[in-house]
Amino acid sequence: MAGICSYGGYVPRYRLNRGLIYQAMGWMNPANIANAGGEKSVANFDEDSITMAVAAGMDALRGIDRASVGGVYFASTTMPYKERLNAGIVNAALGLNDQIRAADFSGGIKCATTALLAALEGVETKRVDNILVTAADNRLGKPASPQELIFGDAGASVTVGTDDVIAEFKDAYSVTYDFVDHYRGEFAQFDRQWEDRWIRDLGFMQILPEAVNGLLEKTGLTISDFSKVVYPCHYGAARKGLNKKLGIAPEADQDNLQNQVGETGSPHGLLMLIGALENANPGDKILLVSFGSGCDAMFFEVTDNIKKLSKRYGLSGSLANKADLDNYTKYLVWRDILPGDAGLRSEEDMWTRWSQLWRKRREVLGLWGTKCKKCGTPQYPTQRVCVNPECGAVGEMEPYCFSDKKGKIASFTGDNLAASLNPPAIYGQVIFEEGGKYMFDFTDCDLESLSTGMAVEMSFRRKYRDQKRDIAGYFWKAVPIREEV
Amino acid sequence: MADGIKDKVAILGMGCTKFGERWDCSGEDLILESFSECIEDAGIDKKDIQAAYFGTHIDEVNVGKGGNPLAETLHMPYLPVTRTENYCATATEAIRAACYAVAAGAYDIVLALGMEKLKDTGYGGLPEGAAFGTEMLLRGSNATAPGLFAQLATAYAAKHNISMEKIKDGIAHVSEKSHANGALNPKAHLRRAVSADKIKAAPMIAYPLGLFDCCGVSDGSAAAIVTTPEIAKSIKKNQGIVTVKALQIAVSSGEEEAFTEWDGAHFATTRRAATKAYEEAGIKDPREEISMMDVHDCFSITEFVTMEDLHISPKGGAYDDVMEGFYDLDGYVPCQIDGGLKCFGHPIGASGLRMIYAMYEQLLERVPEERRVKRLKNGLTHNLGGTPARNVAAVAIVGRE
Repeated sequence: MAGICSYGGYVPRYRLNRGLIYQAMGWMNPANIANAGGEKSVANFDEDSITMAVAAGMDALRGIDRASVGGVYFASTTMPYKERLNAGIVNAALGLNDQIRAADFSGGIKCATTALLAALEGVETKRVDNILVTAADNRLGKPASPQELIFGDAGASVTVGTDDVIAEFKDAYSVTYDFVDHYRGEFAQFDRQWEDRWIRDLGFMQILPEAVNGLLEKTGLTISDFSKVVYPCHYGAARKGLNKKLGIAPEADQDNLQNQVGETGSPHGLLMLIGALENANPGDKILLVSFGSGCDAMFFEVTDNIKKLSKRYGLSGSLANKADLDNYTKYLVWRDILPGDAGLRSEEDMWTRWSQLWRKRREVLGLWGTKCKKCGTPQYPTQRVCVNPECGAVGEMEPYCFSDKKGKIASFTGDNLAASLNPPAIYGQVIFEEGGKYMFDFTDCDLESLSTGMAVEMSFRRKYRDQKRDIAGYFWKAVPIREEV
Repeated sequence: MADGIKDKVAILGMGCTKFGERWDCSGEDLILESFSECIEDAGIDKKDIQAAYFGTHIDEVNVGKGGNPLAETLHMPYLPVTRTENYCATATEAIRAACYAVAAGAYDIVLALGMEKLKDTGYGGLPEGAAFGTEMLLRGSNATAPGLFAQLATAYAAKHNISMEKIKDGIAHVSEKSHANGALNPKAHLRRAVSADKIKAAPMIAYPLGLFDCCGVSDGSAAAIVTTPEIAKSIKKNQGIVTVKALQIAVSSGEEEAFTEWDGAHFATTRRAATKAYEEAGIKDPREEISMMDVHDCFSITEFVTMEDLHISPKGGAYDDVMEGFYDLDGYVPCQIDGGLKCFGHPIGASGLRMIYAMYEQLLERVPEERRVKRLKNGLTHNLGGTPARNVAAVAIVGRE
């Protein structure tokens, strides 16, 4: 039996009230008042689709032996690298095997369900087991565009396998059309879309039902057999119309999170699915439908294992962990829409020495250190001579991963001299609960909220931005733990 | 068994430029300026110098690597000139090398000269650069010096259960005292007395350090010519001789950075360098036998904790000593007698020699009444280069023979 074995959600901490955007940009497009309700999730300045996919992946892998993972599929339409396997970075960050199948799924925003299908069907062949499917997007709407208000940022992951399945994969039906509702060309920074009425009336009202009805016909089920129907459609009126047309009962219509998060692109279906799974009971049938250059309709049946899944952030935990971003221009600078001056210090060249990163890839991307086999001291960065002065053993180290370890703040500061897009730059020493210490940048927090002794966990983030070569480098930062998992 | 270099080397002459934003001077100009004063003070000719050590730290701006900038600026006649570099202990390393050369009998007369030309970066603070290697781009914090040292405060507060308000009071007095001393010194970079209230109200640079908790980033140069005590006495027949009592260095082992037991609230290196320096100098009770100091006050909190790490204040007792004025110019062990890094300025590769210059001019009673210290026993200088977790500490002790 193949299916979903666990899930993990990630919604960035910062939420931007849409009213603030409308206040700033509504003059240019007053009709946007229709989209100005609620709030949208906004990736922090040091986040992108890779980091959000890693965060969701960490959540999904909670309690799972990372060595057992046989594949990692990353789905996104906002991959930071055009060439360099983005899933390879995700793989290294998650500390998974090198001997693994990894792939990037992109193009249309239905790419996450396509990745999920590929994973499920891969697992069914028994040639590969335990595939992590992780999706994230960080799509940009041009200031004053409807998309600027509608889009949000998030990541969502599931693991797929044959053991401990919580939602069994029963069947799927796909349709593919070159239906260009949204598109971005090779150098486009912002999303472009065609007329809303066309997207609603032809896209959502005709293509999506074709996929749903195709699956129903194939399986002999009716829509009322499903306790939840999970489909993204941010148009309120179209959603009502679709529910009516397809016969989706109000209690079966899974919340599309438009009010709290926004339309997040490729991860959106998975994110909503996680919302459904969080409240699902064994035996529930769930219909997942994606939309974007076609549709994948997928039928899952929840198993008894759902009750055994360990606690995780998921969707509800991610929604609860939030802070207001009270400043629209900060959002613009973070997304590189408004050029902000971070000072001359920020203009020093920083180029990644790839051969060096190759040597240090586990240390940097995976936060692997070492643990002394003689004295048991965990240590970061990787050491060959034990740092414990009472020990000093040479060549007695075994790999030790810090990324999933919790720590406490031993010292901290907020630095106004350091070049930062979110000053002051906050950093300090972290002492890990199980031993080891290192100085990390802190993120998703403000200086006033910090104190020594505070518990932190590690989060994979963009560490630096090399403007000249248009790339980002990645490392781990410390984030205060708000809710214990 | 080696017994150190106590009284084996004498300082024949010293020079020190005015520190500051020397926009009109190149690094070469600064070298010539400190050297000219130094050689005149030594009372010898350039041709009498047999070897030289040139201290300079920053590569990103400045004159470049190697011994050539010194040799070629002064047109040294094909002498052995070696560049020394060890973070902020760079100049102390230059004089340490010079002293060892003399003590070993390799040369009779050796020049140590430190220089740093920092103010060509276009921004405040030290230049960005790979001070800890290019790998730190990949895994280092987005840190600057103030933020790295500022953490001493939060860690010290946690260790000694002292409020951040008290720490802020303590470090404000540290800076107030240095400003008062710097105001008296014509060669100092910053020459304005500043009240503790103003210090505490200054804009935050890196919590809890405000603008006045940070030392001046300066251009400058300082130099010493060292020789044997016998040669010094033969040249300086009518004056006292200043000799080196101890020169010790301790370098981080990686423990502070990566081993759990370092608390982040003190300098493991300074404690060890100080202990070894007192042993070398034969000092049993430093609080009594050290009579004046210039320590590494890159930030006020650095000086604050260093008072304990030099074993002058008891552990956890820096606040009381500082607030009671123990380290003020008229206190029992005056500290930063020339204004310190805080006000005299901090051209990295020159600072260690500048500090020794401050002791030297006091020991020879060359300073005007208003900044003269009362007890002229042993002068201690201290550098701390790097960061609290990864650094080099240098302690030098000089005194009258």
